[in-house]
Amino acid sequence: MSARQIHGIVRATSPLNTFLRLLLFAILGLFALYYLMPLFVMIATALKPLEEIRTGTLISLPQEPTLEPALRAWDSACVGVRCEGLKPYVWNSMAMVIPAVIISTFLGAINGYALTKWRFRGSDLIFGLMLFGAFIPFQVVLLPMARTLGILGMAGTVPGLVLVHTIYGLAFTTLFFRNFFVGVSDGIVQAAKIDGAGFFGIFFRLMLPMAPPAIVVTVIWQFTQIWNDFLFGVAFTVGDSNPVTVALNNLVASSTGVKEYNVDMAAAIIAAVPTLIVYVFAGKYFIRGLAAGAVKG
Amino acid sequence: MGKVRLDNVWKRFGSNEVIKGIDMEIEDGEFVVLVGPSGCGKSTLLNLVSGLETLSDGDVHIGERKVNDIAPKDRDIAMVFQSYALYPTKTVEENITFGMVTRRVPKEERQKALKEVTDLLHIEMLLDRKPGQLSGGQRQRVAMGRALVRDPEVFLFDEPLSNLDAKLRVEMRTEIKKLHQRLGKTIIYVTHDQVEAMSLATRIAVMDAGTIRQIAPPEEIYERPVDLFVASFIGSPAMALVKGKVVQSDGLKLDVTDEEGTVLFPIPRELTATAKSFLGRELILGLRPESIVKEGEQRGGRQTFAFERRIDVVEPTGPDTLIIFTLGGVEAIARVHPEDKAPVDSMYRFEVDMERAKLFDPETGKRLSASS
Amino acid sequence: MSGQASRALAFVRRADIWLPKVVVAPSFAASLFFVYGFIAWTVYISFTRSGILPRYEWAGFVQYVRLWNTPRWYVALENLLIFGGLFMVGCLVIGIFLAILLDQRIRAEGALRTIYLYPMALSFIVTGTAWKWILNPTLGLERVMIDLGFTNFQFDWLVNREMAIYTVVIAGVWQSSGYVMALFLAGLRSVDDEIVKAAAMDGAGPFRTYVGIILPMLRPVFLSAIIVLAHLAIKSFDLVIALTAGGPGIATDLPATFMYAYAFQRSELGLAAASAVMMLVTIMAVVVPYLYSELRASRK
Repeated sequence: MSARQIHGIVRATSPLNTFLRLLLFAILGLFALYYLMPLFVMIATALKPLEEIRTGTLISLPQEPTLEPALRAWDSACVGVRCEGLKPYVWNSMAMVIPAVIISTFLGAINGYALTKWRFRGSDLIFGLMLFGAFIPFQVVLLPMARTLGILGMAGTVPGLVLVHTIYGLAFTTLFFRNFFVGVSDGIVQAAKIDGAGFFGIFFRLMLPMAPPAIVVTVIWQFTQIWNDFLFGVAFTVGDSNPVTVALNNLVASSTGVKEYNVDMAAAIIAAVPTLIVYVFAGKYFIRGLAAGAVKG
Repeated sequence: MGKVRLDNVWKRFGSNEVIKGIDMEIEDGEFVVLVGPSGCGKSTLLNLVSGLETLSDGDVHIGERKVNDIAPKDRDIAMVFQSYALYPTKTVEENITFGMVTRRVPKEERQKALKEVTDLLHIEMLLDRKPGQLSGGQRQRVAMGRALVRDPEVFLFDEPLSNLDAKLRVEMRTEIKKLHQRLGKTIIYVTHDQVEAMSLATRIAVMDAGTIRQIAPPEEIYERPVDLFVASFIGSPAMALVKGKVVQSDGLKLDVTDEEGTVLFPIPRELTATAKSFLGRELILGLRPESIVKEGEQRGGRQTFAFERRIDVVEPTGPDTLIIFTLGGVEAIARVHPEDKAPVDSMYRFEVDMERAKLFDPETGKRLSASS
Repeated sequence: MSGQASRALAFVRRADIWLPKVVVAPSFAASLFFVYGFIAWTVYISFTRSGILPRYEWAGFVQYVRLWNTPRWYVALENLLIFGGLFMVGCLVIGIFLAILLDQRIRAEGALRTIYLYPMALSFIVTGTAWKWILNPTLGLERVMIDLGFTNFQFDWLVNREMAIYTVVIAGVWQSSGYVMALFLAGLRSVDDEIVKAAAMDGAGPFRTYVGIILPMLRPVFLSAIIVLAHLAIKSFDLVIALTAGGPGIATDLPATFMYAYAFQRSELGLAAASAVMMLVTIMAVVVPYLYSELRASRK
């Protein structure tokens, strides 16, 4: 008998209960407004000409909606001295996030597989030591990482950021896949071994085809984390190689000329759109990743 | 008063009808067991009585009161759950007295009620422990204690023994029966285990797909099942249901023909009048294992009939030995004395007491009776 | 032939003994070098007089003495206490409250959950940018309230030294409370239905059912939520940068922004390293006991 076939416990129907039910919906509705308000303000502001911002209020709807601020934010607003909008930085972020997600997910998958289905002496210890990397405040590795990137000739480059995000993402990706493969029956691996399959054969032909749920969760988690990262971006890149979060902050913080709030908001929306799209279309997996991430923070 | 009455009770989840218009009347002090396969709606029916589920239609009365809109706590009932549902963060004592605390029962009264129940169930040494520190059997006792301490008119049990191991289950079964005899309170008890149903109930309600097929005392359910469903659900090992054709050959006979040949079972005398109308058509013969024995061993049977079949499997159970053979294309089981066993594959002379055999109409599924 | 087959099998088996180790080795080596090696380097630098460039002569606790004599560090710590405390309490209270409300078989539960949780998908920079605009002292919320008729309404927390840290709390709670809601909602849903039924039988009302029975059962959820929130608070960097840039002045400095400022703007490597080590120690003090108890629990 499925647990959620429950309709409800009989409660005395009194005016008080009806009132409480209404109150419940009212409170939930108010909180929905509270969470949606900043998004609404961002969109409304981004669609207003500057004139309207000066005369209207945050929550007034745009009277003459315009895409001009969005276009300016995209390709002509000034970030520092460069006036090409966020466009080049969005490409930087893409160039950073795609390889970093693919590499760290793949390595996490094979690590998780090796550490669960081919346990060896010390494999639990190795996992424990690697997991620790998920808990450290990254401030503690900023200085040596900056020096190391300099020595490798990757300081201030997008490949440098790919390297950093791959390395510090490994603890999470390995954790996600380990947790997934722990739940896969060892019997499947034993049977495949008896059938003569080896380490890689089992991985590519049996385990990976079973793992899409873990892959989706990991890819979404890594994509969101890396896209939204600011610390590594601001510490290890300069100017042209900034990811979009850093560029957004620079755009908003620049104090030259008139403050164009509508362009700021449009830029913020541009930086938020990729992760919001992922959230809207794969929210279920996003939440699953958060729940798994709760183990580590 | 612990009377319970259901009038045309319906429960729908969306378009899914789980309980389809059940009427039932339970007298004060009865022990009614709802039994049926999983998904038949027995737990839902219990929840409708308890108020843990809202009615879609119909009325539920407990005592003289209509309780459709009365919250569970005010229905004068108590319930024991399958998972025991003990509060894990509370001690045993707090678990048992929690209901009294919420009802603001004075402390001395609480202590007195607690003492009575712990004495009755022998759990005084567990009072300070948390449920996590108890064994399955101990948890079961505490769950019963929590129900007993309310001293309600009606007790509801939802598969209370299904999480226990076999030995403990039999012990607790006896204990529940003793409690019922001692307290004399009405009990409605849900189980999927027909042995439990047989041994506990004063009346059994056999449920299937949201309806009650038959409600009757255990002996009657066993000996006079209304239809094929009840006949095959109650009894372990199950009744063999063999298809045959009604023929006229030196009296009215049931012709069962298979690869091993033809057996002509004589139609039981009191059913011949009814069976006559089936002449030339099929009937289903129901034979319980204990009504098939070795030839000549039938005790007191007045309408014995012997036939021969090849033995497929022999299963000793201790007191009896089960001999499994094929009859009319289905598996049949004979319950013989251990010393009457024979090797597999050998031919064996079985004897049935036709007086205890049942006949069913294959179209309606109903059992033929002398009057119909 | 069978000999050949068994030899092939033996080969596979021998390769399979070292392959798993070889495969894990690069990641493990990276972890050793980039996590443990770097931590060791940072710890070592914190015991030197490194300035713009690292210097490797041992200098003892000199940087820690300096750190604990720097007024700005105390500002950062005080802010961390205020921000961390209010942020955690705010997220827990709102998150648990919403989780309980959503647990009441609400028709639009899916949509509401999506709305409550979406800020979690945003970058803290985006959140900071949005709230910076909303809290704008003249054009933001203040004008909305004046427009609504509260003509004396004044809201200048963003540029008010005393109050600016609370704007970080507001934006932080907005972003992360939905996450706590999701954790607790999952926890509430994992509670056996029969427990809720038993409580109804015992006559416990909704308040007593949740506070007396169900929430105490969610101790592990409390623990992990607190760990995650503490972790977020201690690491908070982007949100402050985007919202207040640590200002006005240094009024909203947190250890993370302090460390960044000393490392990359003031080029005080030694002092920056010392502050980073303090952050690490703080997080470890929270996380290690938790991990230890988790591992022990999972081994049982």
